[in-house]
Amino acid sequence: MQGGPETEITTDERHSSRVAFDVNDAPREMTLDNRTTLLDALREHLGLIGAKKGCDHGQCGSCTVLLDGRRVKSCLVLAVTLDGRSVITVEGLAGPDELSPLQAAFIAQDAFQCGYCTPGQLCSARGMLDEVDRGWPSAVTDDLGAPPDLTDAEIRERMAGNLCRCAAYPHIVAAVRETAATR
Amino acid sequence: MRPFRYHRPADVAEAVAVLGAEPQAAYLAGGTNLVDLMKLGVQRPDVLVDVNRLPLDTVQELPDGGLRIGATVRNSDLAAHPVVRRDYPVLARALLAAASGQLRNLATTGGNLLQRTRCVYFQDTGKACNKRDPGSGCAALHGQNRDLAVLDWSEQCVATHPSDLAVALAALDAVVEVHDTDGARDVPLAALHRSPGTQPERETTLARGALITAVRLPALPAARRSAYLKVRDRASFAFAAGSVAAVLDLDGEVVRDVRLAYGAVAHRPWRAYRAEEELRGRPFSPELAAAAADAELAEARPLRHNGFKLPLTRAITVRVLTELAARAAS
Repeated sequence: MQGGPETEITTDERHSSRVAFDVNDAPREMTLDNRTTLLDALREHLGLIGAKKGCDHGQCGSCTVLLDGRRVKSCLVLAVTLDGRSVITVEGLAGPDELSPLQAAFIAQDAFQCGYCTPGQLCSARGMLDEVDRGWPSAVTDDLGAPPDLTDAEIRERMAGNLCRCAAYPHIVAAVRETAATR
Repeated sequence: MRPFRYHRPADVAEAVAVLGAEPQAAYLAGGTNLVDLMKLGVQRPDVLVDVNRLPLDTVQELPDGGLRIGATVRNSDLAAHPVVRRDYPVLARALLAAASGQLRNLATTGGNLLQRTRCVYFQDTGKACNKRDPGSGCAALHGQNRDLAVLDWSEQCVATHPSDLAVALAALDAVVEVHDTDGARDVPLAALHRSPGTQPERETTLARGALITAVRLPALPAARRSAYLKVRDRASFAFAAGSVAAVLDLDGEVVRDVRLAYGAVAHRPWRAYRAEEELRGRPFSPELAAAAADAELAEARPLRHNGFKLPLTRAITVRVLTELAARAAS
């Protein structure tokens, strides 16, 4: 469950906590070792294996989920901190037999090959489009005072936290562009 | 990862008291650096004091025109704040040039200032590092030191401070509000970070257990014309190979005031006072900017692999100031 060096077994109950938070709009409650990341809580305790463990160090983006509506890397969030908060994973982007417009666009644009990074790409793009709607600038936005125009350069910069080792980037950009244009 | 207890304090006083009573405790804010270092075994706290729910997450405009930024304001919220975008573009640009969208949504103002070096020898518990393990030596000094310091390093440590935000705050003469067991006090940002010297394990001048609660920006109308230029090995989501924060105030062609700070060159954000002195009161030209950078870097001591940082820092100084001067003229 816990990667990295020095994974010690502990039986001290002060090293665990009861924690309750919403996942995909359903209340969940569990007792977790304080070391458990949100990513491990989702995958190992709740059976939600959409979010992927790529690097486990916040560098690849494959574990991206939405926390209170904002995209974050779930491998760097400790689950014990989440009492009362709300998490949406790729499994919650649409109903069980539905596709969100973003998911449909990923299929239409052939925006993946192996698919490992795709849950993270989808959650990241979902959060990113909301950031654009709120008028947030990016590093490539020329005018900090104007609403951002979602050019391909903007999409690439804003999605820089998600790596795709199949290099499906041009199609991911196209899928995000298509989704943004039809909203 | 080492097992740890988790504590959520009710207020700042309780947070500071817990840190004072627990020698191995650490504050948890955004966690983007700390959780990673705990996974690597570099940081091994036995108690985490979670400051995320303390009421430190607002940005207030001050009556004198300055800005007070709560310590847990997220990097993304600060970069998007309308007053930051209008009055302190150098700050918005530095934040937007750092990390990725997901990380900026977690990372906090206070945590960013206290983040640890990305020196790979510090992050590898199998390597000698005086910062991680005092007295063990510095594997970086004669190792792969391309990303490390050119100014103010010591035989004990050649690490750089990785923050972009801190570089902008250094240029803006920010003041850090701190609480410790003696109460509240102000620390100028320029006095927050230390040179490595013989104690590289001590990175700031703060007492152990001190909590940053806010950062204040003084009113600085000239900062409306300011910029942050960062050069990195890839276009996005990478630490700086070199960076410069600049504020330029011209009276006609003459430099009335200028603020310059460098990133990626030293153990702390590097305010370039000597370069500013060269520029102030003289008619601006790219040649003057180059001479000012040379004056600042005169005492640099590049390591085996990072000599490129000197011409790089000089070039970005010239470019950012020339662009700001052109904006003033138009």
